[in-house]
Amino acid sequence: MEAFNHLDGRMAPLPMANIDTDQIIPKQFLKTVDRVGLGAGLFYDLRFTPEGRERPDFILNRPEYKGASVLVAGDNFGCGSSREHAPWALMDFGVRCVISTSFADIFYNNCFQNGLLPVVLKPEEVQALMDEAQGGNHLVTVDLAEQTVVSPTGLRFHFDIDPARKHKMQNGLDAIGETLQAAKDIDVYEMRQAISQPWLERA
Amino acid sequence: MPAMAGKTLYDKIWDAHVVAHADGDEEVFYIDLHLIHEVTTPQAFAGLRAANRPVRRPDRTLAVADHNIPTEGQDLGVDGVADAEARLQLQTLGRNVEEFGIEFFPMGDIRNGIVHVVGPEQGRTQPGMTIVCGDSHTSTHGAFGALAQGIGTSEVEHVLATQTLRQKKSKNFRVNIEGTPAPGVGAKDFALAVISTIGTAGGTGFVIEYAGEAVRALSMEGRMTLCNLTIEAGARAGLVAADQTTFDYLMGRPAAPKGGAWEMALSYWKTFRSDDDAVFDREITIDAAQIAPLVTWGTSPEDVVPVTGNVPDPASYPHADKRASAARSLEYMGLVAGQPISEAKIDRVFIGSCTNSRIEDLRAAAVVVQKALDRGLRVADHVNAMVVPGSGLVKAQAEDEGLDEVFIAAGFDWREPGCSMCLGMNPDQLEPGERCASTSNRNFEGRQGRGGRTHLMSPPMAAAAAIAGHIADVRDFL
Ligand code: SF4
Repeated sequence: MEAFNHLDGRMAPLPMANIDTDQIIPKQFLKTVDRVGLGAGLFYDLRFTPEGRERPDFILNRPEYKGASVLVAGDNFGCGSSREHAPWALMDFGVRCVISTSFADIFYNNCFQNGLLPVVLKPEEVQALMDEAQGGNHLVTVDLAEQTVVSPTGLRFHFDIDPARKHKMQNGLDAIGETLQAAKDIDVYEMRQAISQPWLERA
Repeated sequence: MPAMAGKTLYDKIWDAHVVAHADGDEEVFYIDLHLIHEVTTPQAFAGLRAANRPVRRPDRTLAVADHNIPTEGQDLGVDGVADAEARLQLQTLGRNVEEFGIEFFPMGDIRNGIVHVVGPEQGRTQPGMTIVCGDSHTSTHGAFGALAQGIGTSEVEHVLATQTLRQKKSKNFRVNIEGTPAPGVGAKDFALAVISTIGTAGGTGFVIEYAGEAVRALSMEGRMTLCNLTIEAGARAGLVAADQTTFDYLMGRPAAPKGGAWEMALSYWKTFRSDDDAVFDREITIDAAQIAPLVTWGTSPEDVVPVTGNVPDPASYPHADKRASAARSLEYMGLVAGQPISEAKIDRVFIGSCTNSRIEDLRAAAVVVQKALDRGLRVADHVNAMVVPGSGLVKAQAEDEGLDEVFIAAGFDWREPGCSMCLGMNPDQLEPGERCASTSNRNFEGRQGRGGRTHLMSPPMAAAAAIAGHIADVRDFL
């Protein structure tokens, strides 16, 4: 998992509540053999017409928001199914942080498995960011160590995060990352096993 | 539990594999063998690649192609697979194993076959090991006294990266099967008897050890059938302590230890048995002599009746929800309460799957078919019957023994190896409403094809059904 520490990026506003995982990544993209490449299906029905043409009015298709790495969204982002394809698709598209007033539980958890930072701010703070994002200046700073979001005009908002999750995120640790912290123990185990059960060693 | 109580087989395997404490109740737990296949691994490999991680022990990993492969035309190779999504999954596995240096038996390789047939056949499955695979019937390998469990795709990635899992210990359950079974009764019937006794959730939270005279008397194939179906009783793993039968099976297999290493391995393997004073959290005993050839009538593996019995009346169940689900099952299955199960006319027969596609299963079915041929009988005209060997090696051995000729002479279709109609991810599927006598492991709605009706039974029972054209008592054919 990618670590997350500090991000200076472009922010795009999605002023809708209840953006569900079906909207984030529709089901026809779940048959993939990869979890990379899912960015192509991100917000598919919002981004494209049924004929597959880009909808020029959708925010992420507008030139000033291309390459956005921070989404500012309405309440209850990520509700719906448990599909981990949702954070996979966001990450693949280049999104590293989603800011909202609230997130659906499962989606919130899935974000932490994948290095996508979900930031919860107060409604008025989200609104302030939304307003700025809809104006001409989109550069935002998210700092995990400081637990702050700094808006394009310099408004500074603090957010809360579970310390253990913060630690994992800063160090890029998922379950695998955590287990790999025991890599020395695994090395020792394997060295012992090579001596006690040499027949298991396949040259 | 008294402080000095002995250890169970499961306790011993567990203790031998704890690497470090993880969090809370979880331990970092070492995995000796990781079996992989095309369907549950693509995202795991993609995850490794995204995180720039290697496979920690490619030498402890073995790949096969089994779940979605066709059972005809395998010589055409992956490019000849008609289903584009299946083809892509197979190609993806091929690329992944090459990139990460994992041993792979591709489709068409004589060593390829169903993952739970291949591991034991190659001697990769050994006593005292921990084994995982992204498939719930990994429990099969418990027949060797190995702790073998199915895992999900995230865990597949975890094992690829770390050769460990983070796990919490289960409880101990011993199932004793004592006595001597009647002719025509075997491991599949034992397993169905266990599931119908404890229910499909009876083993939840436990690892089941099978013991007793009737289990000791089983061949390795029979023990694999028994352990395979453990997951249908809700337990993630089943175990049979290794003994001379196990060692005889393993000796000389490609990956089995040789020479001095064999002797060393043998003395290590022999330590993996439950102590006489080991304490089990739960224990039941079943009398093998009381078990008749069994078949399922419903859409859960616990819906079992003796072949001589009748379809149950839903009203006979004490609980309202069970009454409702039984009624729904009967409707789905197209059966009437109280009718003899042997009246159920069948359309298809499937002899295969990781439950029953090994050489001994095919021999047991072929005995029934040969006796029918001797009496001038063949597969009933309205029945489409297929035999799908579990691996290329099983197929080759069966052909050496002439079993294929017996099946073909009687009108069976003799196929190439794979999971096939166990789950119908390939073209082998039931049509809506078709009734199938199947040696596989799940009779869920739609499992073998949308609207298909599955009756689970042993290979000789499935052979008898093919000849009779309806569910039939194998004892009438012996
Ligand atoms: S035969 Fe069926 S149960 Fe066994 S591995 Fe294949 S799909 Fe799974």
